[in-house]
Amino acid sequence: MLARRIIPCLDVRDGRVVKGTHFVHLRDAGDPVECAVRYDAEGADELVFLDITASSDRRNIVTRMVRDVADNIYIPFTVGGGLRSLEDIQAILRAGADKVSLNTAAVETPSLVDEAARYFGSQCIVVAIDARRVQPFSPDDPRWEVTTHGGRRLTRLEAVGWAREVFERGAGEILLTSMDCDGTQQGYDNLLNRMVAESVSIPVIASGGCGTLEHLADAFLVGKASAALAASIFHYGRHTIKEAKGFLRDRGIPVRL
Amino acid sequence: MTPSRSVVIIDYGMGNLRSIEKAIAAVGGNAMISSDPGVVRGAERLILPGVGAFGDAMDNLRRNGLEEAVKEAAGKGTPLLGLCLGLQLLFCDSEEFGSHRGLGIVPGKVRRFDKPGLHVPHVGWNQVESRWPDPLLSGIPEGSYFYFVHSYFVEPRDDADAIAWTDYGGRFCSVARRGSAWGVQFHPEKSQEMGKRLLYNFLRT
Repeated sequence: MLARRIIPCLDVRDGRVVKGTHFVHLRDAGDPVECAVRYDAEGADELVFLDITASSDRRNIVTRMVRDVADNIYIPFTVGGGLRSLEDIQAILRAGADKVSLNTAAVETPSLVDEAARYFGSQCIVVAIDARRVQPFSPDDPRWEVTTHGGRRLTRLEAVGWAREVFERGAGEILLTSMDCDGTQQGYDNLLNRMVAESVSIPVIASGGCGTLEHLADAFLVGKASAALAASIFHYGRHTIKEAKGFLRDRGIPVRL
Repeated sequence: MTPSRSVVIIDYGMGNLRSIEKAIAAVGGNAMISSDPGVVRGAERLILPGVGAFGDAMDNLRRNGLEEAVKEAAGKGTPLLGLCLGLQLLFCDSEEFGSHRGLGIVPGKVRRFDKPGLHVPHVGWNQVESRWPDPLLSGIPEGSYFYFVHSYFVEPRDDADAIAWTDYGGRFCSVARRGSAWGVQFHPEKSQEMGKRLLYNFLRT
């Protein structure tokens, strides 16, 4: 049976791992290769690196990191952040990443999703959607707006419709982050996860808000996600991946142990 | 003298060759990446990797003179392992983006997952159940997880060519074998210890 996936996420800047709370306050939490090797050994199913390097030498810094990571782990990994063209994508895939994640560039140039999927295959094109609840928020008529630039810009795009559009354009997976929940450790936005999961037939990776093992279970049972992304819960050693998977298995969720 | 355990990874411009090369080295093999038909013809063992579209892959193989080289090598019994799209290329026809002719080393066709409600691509870790013992799967427990990412699957014409199944909205053939040609639908180079074990086994075929 296909296992639900647990995916630690590493935010990286200038080749170092950092983790943001609401993407603003950053804390240094180590070397990307060391973190990746540790997660591989612990039984992570995949890894995601979100790069926020702002340097003009960004591509070199990132490709060097991707190469170092690829040389040391035996699980798939995705790299996202600042990729704007087919050339950017190719550089990351050539360096050894298995997938790339497109966010702002997909919103600004939706045809990039079609081109990337056609050229590299849907299986390596993840579209990241950062969604924020439209206020006043009503569970009877819930609406989310897509944001870009780490949540700082609103786009007027409605998130569930945008998810459907990128699916039709050839995205292979959707990495769905709730900007309301991200950094709160109060749980995923499972209404958002479920609404997106039910409107596309590609996997949805739930992201933003995981603080407990119960939250992981809810992403699958309530949010209908195929995978759950988490950062803080694993980074600071509160739980190991193994503990998380044991917990999920005991709740009848298929995991790879 | 110890056997050299060498393998040529066929480079036709598609696929994550670096990861495969690294995984082969990790299990004591000596991998060489080549796009030279002469090197392919003379190889001790071959790995046919592949990520992307079937038609593009066949075009690239043909353009580089590799189609005939791979067929010749397979014809004389050189152990060959197709990975993911590389498995699908061993077959005769694919219905991906129109109809395409494959290498025809294993009779059968390539079809798209089309069950309503099923996520396509099939992405993630899924279990492999062997139908009978095969040296490629030696030491790999039943139900072991491997990493898959694909939208199409193979359907061997001869049932005996399907040596392992995986369940995704029904059973599909995740490991095929015909003579000295094997193919796996998953990515052993991304499947941790079980993936390495499979590559280790291939080096001993």
